[in-house]
Amino acid sequence: MDRVLEIKDLTVSFDGFKAVNNVSTTVKKGDIHFFIGPNGAGKTTLLDAICGRVKPAAGSIIFKDSSDVTKLAEHEIVERGISRKFQVPSVFNSITVFENMELAVEKKRTIYSTLFSKLSHKQRERIEYVLNTIGLYEKRFEKPAALSHGEKQWLEIGMLFVQEPEIMLLDEPVAGMGRKETDKTGELLKEMAKDCSVVVVEHDMEFVRECASTVTVLHEGTLLVEGDMDEVQKHPRVIEVYLGRGGE
Amino acid sequence: MIEKVTQIKEHIIKRNAVISIIFILLCLAPLFLSDFRINLLGKFVAFAILALGIDLIWGYTGILSLGHGVFFGLGAYCMAMYLKLESSGGKVPDFMSWSGQEVLPWFWKPFASAPFALTMAILIPVLLASIIGYLTFKNRIRGVYFSILTQALSIIFVVLFVGQQAYTGGTNGITNFKTIFGFSLSNPSTKLGLYYIAVLLLLAAYVFCKFIIDRRIGRVLVAIRDGENRIRFSGYNPTVYKVFVYAISAGLAGLAGAIYVPQVGIISPAEMGIVLSIEMVSWVAIGGRGTLTGAIIGAVLVNSLKSVVSENFPDIWSYFIGITFIAVVIFMPAGLVGIYHQIKKVWRNSLVFKRKEAAMKH
Repeated sequence: MDRVLEIKDLTVSFDGFKAVNNVSTTVKKGDIHFFIGPNGAGKTTLLDAICGRVKPAAGSIIFKDSSDVTKLAEHEIVERGISRKFQVPSVFNSITVFENMELAVEKKRTIYSTLFSKLSHKQRERIEYVLNTIGLYEKRFEKPAALSHGEKQWLEIGMLFVQEPEIMLLDEPVAGMGRKETDKTGELLKEMAKDCSVVVVEHDMEFVRECASTVTVLHEGTLLVEGDMDEVQKHPRVIEVYLGRGGE
Repeated sequence: MIEKVTQIKEHIIKRNAVISIIFILLCLAPLFLSDFRINLLGKFVAFAILALGIDLIWGYTGILSLGHGVFFGLGAYCMAMYLKLESSGGKVPDFMSWSGQEVLPWFWKPFASAPFALTMAILIPVLLASIIGYLTFKNRIRGVYFSILTQALSIIFVVLFVGQQAYTGGTNGITNFKTIFGFSLSNPSTKLGLYYIAVLLLLAAYVFCKFIIDRRIGRVLVAIRDGENRIRFSGYNPTVYKVFVYAISAGLAGLAGAIYVPQVGIISPAEMGIVLSIEMVSWVAIGGRGTLTGAIIGAVLVNSLKSVVSENFPDIWSYFIGITFIAVVIFMPAGLVGIYHQIKKVWRNSLVFKRKEAAMKH
């Protein structure tokens, strides 16, 4: 499998504190790649660095063998095909579910095109396809305020997916969800991973076990171990710093 | 399907009902009101144009500008310069010679041309807003910090215009106009003409704003208000859109200033000040932000109320306006239009309830 993202010797520091310290890893195509680790391990910061929200002090993030995304602005990174979902569900509450998707699907995002262009037939089909995938087609004319927490999360994931990204970065997508909703989210991610790579930060170990093809364990900003779930689970250091307590 | 189409048709008619009524009333107003009142109403119509701009940036995009008086004033001054030069026959205006300015300053000269003055009345506010907007939004200055910045802008311009008496007329501003495009300003028919031009411009401004908010860009603006980060990480560059909406609303304010001056006959730095700038925002808040009709209703109604109250209770009118503003913000955050929608909803629900009740009895 070829790689879509290569992180090389990445260091992110906040006033001297290294939230991410010399981390190198790769994200492969079609993978569901989890970053796990105790609080403060630097998982979210790593996502922030990939999507351009924070600028690293050192290292590079190479997207598809070509461009170093650390040099780009957020919206330019999205244009290359890296979408990001934040921890708190954030959708646009005053417009309908469909309109939320409409904003996401359009690739031309200049003032001119937002003034004059209309959705193409193909884009409309794409939106309908994604709405069906996330199970919100029936609710497309409702405003997100009427949706449950889980549905809002799916809508936001759908807004990423409708853009046909190369990589989706998801920060704790199942936080606050019940088991049923979590399972459904897992199915969703597996479905979406057929078309793109999915990078997830998550604490829910059952969810990780269920979906992960690759797991990277971070601890205090450094990479502890990387591999599939079985390898990672057996690793003594991982058990010591993360999994051990509580017998997960 | 057919049912849906008729539903949509009905929806469109209902949607435009309120705004149509407003414009019909404005057109018919000269039949019922005295020349003096029409002149006042024309001034309020100018304010309504500006309120539309404030609604775009504040109501839709969620950016609170407390310095729109500056753009209004700049538009008004551009127009005033033209009117002044017309009344002085292209010679040095009276206030300049009082301050010892014997030759016409270079930047005054092109304002002898009406098309130039009118273009500048819109273009200067647009350019100023674009520059300020670019610098602030690019650096992600948001929320209350932006509001404070716009207040500072307002102070700077007032001080500048008061200080440059020889060029701007100082505290007194620019006044004593005689004609506009050759028509006497004291003539009632000229005044009526200006009133109708103001109404037409308001209609044009409304259609323009409506076009913007109905397009995808309208949803982008609302999205910036609802979740700026989400729209940024959906690939849009919020800076561009914020600068755009700031510039548009400044242009509308300039246009409002340009049609304000010939009707009122004077422009002074007070019109650029903080007090009026905040008042402008209160019109939109009272009318109902996030709805274009709300902005128009707010501007016309609050100003009408203000002139009625100030005529009858000259001592306390400013308290009255203040209390109204506070009451609206606390008790009806969606403004008058919000109240209207609420009443409609309650009424509809009671209808449904009655119908259900009737069905139960049968």
